[in-house]
Formats: sequence, structure tokens, C-alpha cells
Amino acid sequence: MSKWEKFLDTFFNARVMEKYLPDILSGVLVTIELAVLIVISGLVAGLALALVRSLGLRPLNWLIIFVVDLFRSLPPLVIIVLMYFGLPAADVSPSGFVSTWISLALVLMSFSEEIFWAGITSIPKGQWEAARSTGLSFGQTLINVILPQALRLTIPPLTNRTIAITKGTALGTVVAVTEILGQASSAVSNSYNPSPLMMGAAAYIVLFLPVVVIGRWIETKFAWKR
Amino acid sequence: MAAAIVEARGLHKHFGALHVLKGVDLDVAERELVFVIGPSGSGKSTLLRCLNRLEEPSAGSIMVDGINLLDPRTDINHARQRIGMVFQSFNLYPHMTALGNVTLALRKVAGKSRGEADAIGRQALERVGLGDRAGHTPGQLSGGQQQRVAIARSIALEPRVMLFDEPTSALDPELVGSVLGVMRDLRDSGMTMVVVSHEMGFARNAADRVLFMDEGVVVEQGPPAAIFENPSHDRTRAFISQIQRH
Ligand SMILES: Nc1ncnc2c1ncn2[C@@H]1O[C@H](COP(=O)(O)OP(=O)(O)OP(=O)(O)O)[C@@H](O)[C@H]1O
Ligand SMILES: [Mg+2]
Repeated sequence: MSKWEKFLDTFFNARVMEKYLPDILSGVLVTIELAVLIVISGLVAGLALALVRSLGLRPLNWLIIFVVDLFRSLPPLVIIVLMYFGLPAADVSPSGFVSTWISLALVLMSFSEEIFWAGITSIPKGQWEAARSTGLSFGQTLINVILPQALRLTIPPLTNRTIAITKGTALGTVVAVTEILGQASSAVSNSYNPSPLMMGAAAYIVLFLPVVVIGRWIETKFAWKR
Repeated sequence: MAAAIVEARGLHKHFGALHVLKGVDLDVAERELVFVIGPSGSGKSTLLRCLNRLEEPSAGSIMVDGINLLDPRTDINHARQRIGMVFQSFNLYPHMTALGNVTLALRKVAGKSRGEADAIGRQALERVGLGDRAGHTPGQLSGGQQQRVAIARSIALEPRVMLFDEPTSALDPELVGSVLGVMRDLRDSGMTMVVVSHEMGFARNAADRVLFMDEGVVVEQGPPAAIFENPSHDRTRAFISQIQRH
């Protein structure tokens, strides 16, 4: 066997790949499920926190800032592990899937809250004053005048952050989530061949490259024009 | 004298330790145009912003069109529809068209349907000479046009009084005339107006009364000719000769 054939046999072994393809595909489904849940719940919670923060209630805002800074400073893996192995001590036993989902959603919530908040505060005070002077309430001003402008500004940083955090679904493998990386690594230990890992990597690219490309497109499309 | 639209009494405003308004009284009669002048920092903007409660006075009372503005039971959002405000920096909503800017409060506050609001909004834009710019966004309009859209946004709500805070100060000189022209038309149509501005020519032609403020008090007031030609206070004289030199 030439070196090249040996390389192919090791990393792109057709027999192994065929055998474990269904496992990888089921891993893809789990990853998609996790990613969708994290993105939706993380962004909704982040926006909600930013809106609450805009009410300007001091003690509440301190609490929000504390929570957000906490989840931004902890490595996501630490949060996942704490939740999965630590919470059972408090008689709550989330599955690996739920631990990963909630942990990464909290991280995305925290980063997106800061991004939404930065967007809201970057809108000039004159916009508030003009709207309020015509009789719009605080909430009407926020929804009709401030948020539409703020969201445009937040889209580029938000897209980047969301992609980065969503890729963290691979961390779920540590707490036995059968997502792509989890499926690939157990296939590697069962087959004594690293080909499934190559399939896993390919699956991530197929999954996330379009998201990155769409993110790039959104960024240019929503670039701020005045 | 016609009924007073604005009656402000003993207005004080503190920003922390800074005492910005020190007991200002201001009456504005129906259809009257009151022109406010004074050095930078004298409290002109603060006074104007108290009149629609963008700024909360520290003491005093304000009645606008019979509504006690400082009464906690007053629905301030409702009251503000009757008090138009035009800002130095236009403050148009950049993500909306001119028509969208003018109709937002009509729909959300005055409760008009989109069709009604659009009809009123187009009329208001016609009045400021921008009927053909309804679909333009602020970014596609000149400063003068933006300020006229801002005026249309206010008049569409049919306010009882309009407050102008240096409406032409941010404009290139050649665009000032178009905005002053619209203000002149408004005045001729009987709108009650309080105008803070440095456009002394406009004051001479259009103002019923000129009010000179300095360091948070009204130093003197009277017809434009009297204030400009024959002020009774040295501070007024000094201020007027200073701006006329520019
Ligand atoms: N929100 C605020 N917080 C603190 N100080 C303020 C605030 N708004 C105004 N001031 C101060 O109050 C004083 C009066 O300000 P104001 O804007 O009313 O003056 P003005 O007569 O409109 O001046 P200008 O001609 O420069 O517009 C100034 O010293 C200003 O710095
Ligand atoms: Mg001012």
C-alpha cells in the first residue's frame, strides 16, 4: 500500500464512512435542533433583558448587569458541566441536551443583551425627544422609533456572536449529547478509524458555512445608511 | 387680549447644583408669536423644554390650553399632541419616509387609520411645500427640507401651540429662508408660536413680542422695535449690539 493509499484508508475509509453515515446524520439533526433552540431562546431572552434594562430601574439593572457579566466571563463548557453534574445535587437532573441548550442560551442571552443594549443606547436622545414630543409613550417610542434603528446596528455583531456560540453545541459531547461530534467520536472508538471525524468536520462545514455566508450577506444588506 | 394658550408661572429648574431657570413667567396669547433671545446658556432651551415637559420643572406651574401640565393626573402624552416642538437638529426618524415621519403619531397617538393618517400627512407635507417628497427618507432630503418635514410632523397633529428651538441654526445659510417662510405662513394662519432663534430679521417682521433672557430670568420683553431699538436694560443692549455685529 502506498503512503497515499494508506492516508486515504485511514482518514477517508469508504467502508467505515458508509457504516457510520446514519449516525453522523442523526448527529446533524441533534445539532440543528440544539442550534435552533439556543438561537431562538438566547436572542429572545437577550432582547427582553435589554428592553427591561431600558426602563432604567436601578436595582433591576444592576442585577441584569451582574447576570450578564457572569455568563460572559464563564467558559461555556464550565457552565454546561456545572449544570449537568452540579444541578443533580439540588435534585434537578437536566439531560445533557437540556444542559447544553440552557447553558449556551444563557451565554447567547448575555452577549446579545449587551449588543441590543449598545444598539438602543447608541440612538441619539433627539429621537426619543421628537417621538415623545408628539405624544408617543415610552413603549411606543421604543418599538416604533428606537428598536428599528437599534436592531439594524446590532445585526452584524449579533450575527457573528450567534454563529460563534452556536458552534459551541459541539461541547455537548462532553455531557453525552449525541450531536455531530459525539456521534463521530463514538464511531471513531468503535471502528478504530478516524474517518468518522472527517465526516463530522464535513457536516459542520455543510451546516455552518451557509450560515456564515448568509451572515455576511445580512451584514452588507443592513449596513447603516442614513 | 385673547385667551392665553400658555401660562407659565414661577418656573424654576435645577440641574443638580446648577440653577438654570430662576422664576420665569411666560404668557402666550392665542395667535401670538413670542420670540425668545438671550446668550448661550441663559436657559432658553430649558424653558421651551419645560413647556412640553421634556424637562421636568423643579418648581412652578404650567397651563397649556387649559391643561395643568404638571398635575400628576394629566395624561402627558395626550397633552403633548397639542404642543408641537421643532428641534435644532430636526430629529426625523431616519428609517421612515417623510410621510411615515408625519403619520406615526397620527396613527399611534391620535388613533387614525392608515388611510386617514396618510391623507392628513400628505396635506401637512403640502403645507410645507414638500408634497412631492412624501416617499423620500430623511437621508434623501436637504437640511431645509428635513426641517420642513419636522414642522409638518408637528402641524399634522393640529397643535394649539408650537415651540421652535433654534430651527434654522443647523442649516446652511441658503436653506434658512425656506424654513422661515414656512414659519411665516404658519404664523399668518394663526398658529400660536414660541420661537427661540437668532434670526433677528424674522423677529422684526413676524414677532408680536420679543423676550430677552439672561442667566435664567426674563430681563425684559416688549414689541420687537422697542427691544431692538430701545432696550431699557444694559444687558439687553449689550446682547443686541453683539449679535448685530455678527
Ligand atoms: N440635561 C442637562 N443637565 C445638566 N445641565 C444642563 C442640562 N441641560 C441644560 N443644562 C445647562 O443649563 C444651562 C442652560 O441651558 P440651555 O440649553 O437652556 O441654554 P440655552 O439658552 O438654550 O443656550 P444655547 O443658546 O446655547 O442653546 C446651561 O448651562 C446648560 O449647560
Ligand atoms: Mg438652546
